[in-house]
Amino acid sequence: MPADTTLSTGRSSPPSPIAEFWRDFSENRGAVAGLIIIATITIVALFADVFAPHSPIEQFREATRMPPAFLGGEWRFPLGTDAVGRDLLSRIIHGGRISLFIGLSVMLVSAIVGVSLGLAAAFAGGAVDIVISRVMDLIVAIPSLVLAILIIAVIGPNLTNTIIAVTIVYLPRYVRLVRASALAELTKDYVTSARVAGAGPRRLMLVTVLPNCLAPLIVQAALGISDAILEAAALGFLGLGAQPPTAEWGAMLADSREFIRAAPWIVTIPGLAILVTVLAINLTGDGLRDALDPKLRRS
Amino acid sequence: MFRFLARRLALTIPTFVALMFLTFMLIRLVPGDPIEVRKGERGISPERLELLRHEMGLDQPIWQQFLDYCGNLLQGDFGTSLISHEKVLTEFAILFPATLELTFCAMLFAVLIGVPAGIIAAVRRGTVVDQSLMGLALTGYSMPIFWWGLLLIMLMSEFFHLTPVSGRIDLIKYYFEPVTGFMLIDTVLSGQKGAFLSALHHLVLPTIVLGTVPLAVIARMTRSSMLEVLSEDYVRTARAKGLSPSRVVGLHALRNALIPVVTSIGLQIGTLLAGAVLTETIFSWPGVGKWLIESIGRRDYPALQGGIMLISTLVILVNLGVDLLYGLINPRIRHAR
Repeated sequence: MPADTTLSTGRSSPPSPIAEFWRDFSENRGAVAGLIIIATITIVALFADVFAPHSPIEQFREATRMPPAFLGGEWRFPLGTDAVGRDLLSRIIHGGRISLFIGLSVMLVSAIVGVSLGLAAAFAGGAVDIVISRVMDLIVAIPSLVLAILIIAVIGPNLTNTIIAVTIVYLPRYVRLVRASALAELTKDYVTSARVAGAGPRRLMLVTVLPNCLAPLIVQAALGISDAILEAAALGFLGLGAQPPTAEWGAMLADSREFIRAAPWIVTIPGLAILVTVLAINLTGDGLRDALDPKLRRS
Repeated sequence: MFRFLARRLALTIPTFVALMFLTFMLIRLVPGDPIEVRKGERGISPERLELLRHEMGLDQPIWQQFLDYCGNLLQGDFGTSLISHEKVLTEFAILFPATLELTFCAMLFAVLIGVPAGIIAAVRRGTVVDQSLMGLALTGYSMPIFWWGLLLIMLMSEFFHLTPVSGRIDLIKYYFEPVTGFMLIDTVLSGQKGAFLSALHHLVLPTIVLGTVPLAVIARMTRSSMLEVLSEDYVRTARAKGLSPSRVVGLHALRNALIPVVTSIGLQIGTLLAGAVLTETIFSWPGVGKWLIESIGRRDYPALQGGIMLISTLVILVNLGVDLLYGLINPRIRHAR
């Protein structure tokens, strides 16, 4: 038997970081369940045209406010129809696409911009730091939804502007997080030694310091998706988000208010979709935090 | 302590200036010039237009306009509503007690349920009780509260007829002059039978809806803070000297565990006011949140501008107060950089 095989099986080498992460993460059953739900929602949303039985904006005038199939409706419309006869299941599926798109784009843009600003504040210090920090203070001082409403009032209500508004609202979290952890890392010996070894500022920022700030950032990013989805749905509900006839979950709820008594499913189903999605993301986020960042572990 | 106070105050001033600048820019960035909005459909003569521009200071250079705006704000002039022609501050002062009453009750609800739930979960760590409580907390935290409100109206008001759907009180049955603006206090002062109960009845659902997210946050926070404290040496000492478990938890652990919880309660005022916008809209609660949304619908930008300025000032001041209090309790914060 060759010597190297006995070596590799005899002495256990340390598990790869990914395997170790997965071991910690999969301990948390809630987090795994959350991940499975997210994966399902993502697949359904990606292939919305395949899964949705009808077009989300097609109106079946002969079948308005049809109850869900299991409550005495027709199987043609499994979750029933809304006030103008649009199939609720199809609208929920297409709405999922919009909500996930909003959540992911807000997370990506605010994480990229937030990391850049946070690193800039931590590395440049001085006036740059003061300006960035004060602007973030200002954003935090205005209640999130109120600020989002203010931005929408200026740039107008539509889907893109929802993303812009929510991104601005959630920017300070990333900036403050990255700035604080970068400042903490900068005082450590390994950074000094990298500096002495001749690493330039860009290398110091991106290769030396940033990877060590990543764990809390990933957790923040995961939870940021669910917050963005909630915020965007709230804007949609207030009529300041995606405009009709777009099948956005919040906007669907806004339309449903007058049918609370006559057609409760029109109210119940879109909200349930929001709750399940956000809950699944938060469950996964909690699991990520426990697995990635032992310092932040809740229990 | 004085230096800490001075530094903290000095940090707040640039935020205020930036806030003034932001709200100042709002009115210039929104589609439609303030004059255009005023002249309406019928149009206006060029001379009158010039006069209006002069009256509103729009013929001044922009920095002069900004300085005037700051000056007015500092003198307590937050502008005039385009629709009601009332001072924004006056309108705000009338509506604010309703919001304050709602947010106060929501916070009370959140603390009264959240703190005990967190303690129970921590003490029963790892059991079914802990898991169900934390599952519920995460659900509450993930709740789209505008839907939660509709759902509760559907169940409680429409289905079981337990609670009213909207408003602060039964206006047909009870009428009285507002004294404090707080319905619960005014109804008692009015001495009308049943008025207090009617007000309370109207408060139940909005309180639950607005309190749900803070409740979840407080429960999660109390649990983790409690778990941390329970593993401290002094708690072990208290146990070792034979104190009853309830005394150890209730007296020795809880006091220390609550410090971060109290801070987080103070810092949630912004979240609460944002939630109030949605809650007030759903329940037609005549507070500043609903007013703000309606101002957008009516394109009443001065009201929006003044309202945002007032709400944000309030949040900044509350956060400052929490920081100062925290500095008082915890000297380590005070002496940090």
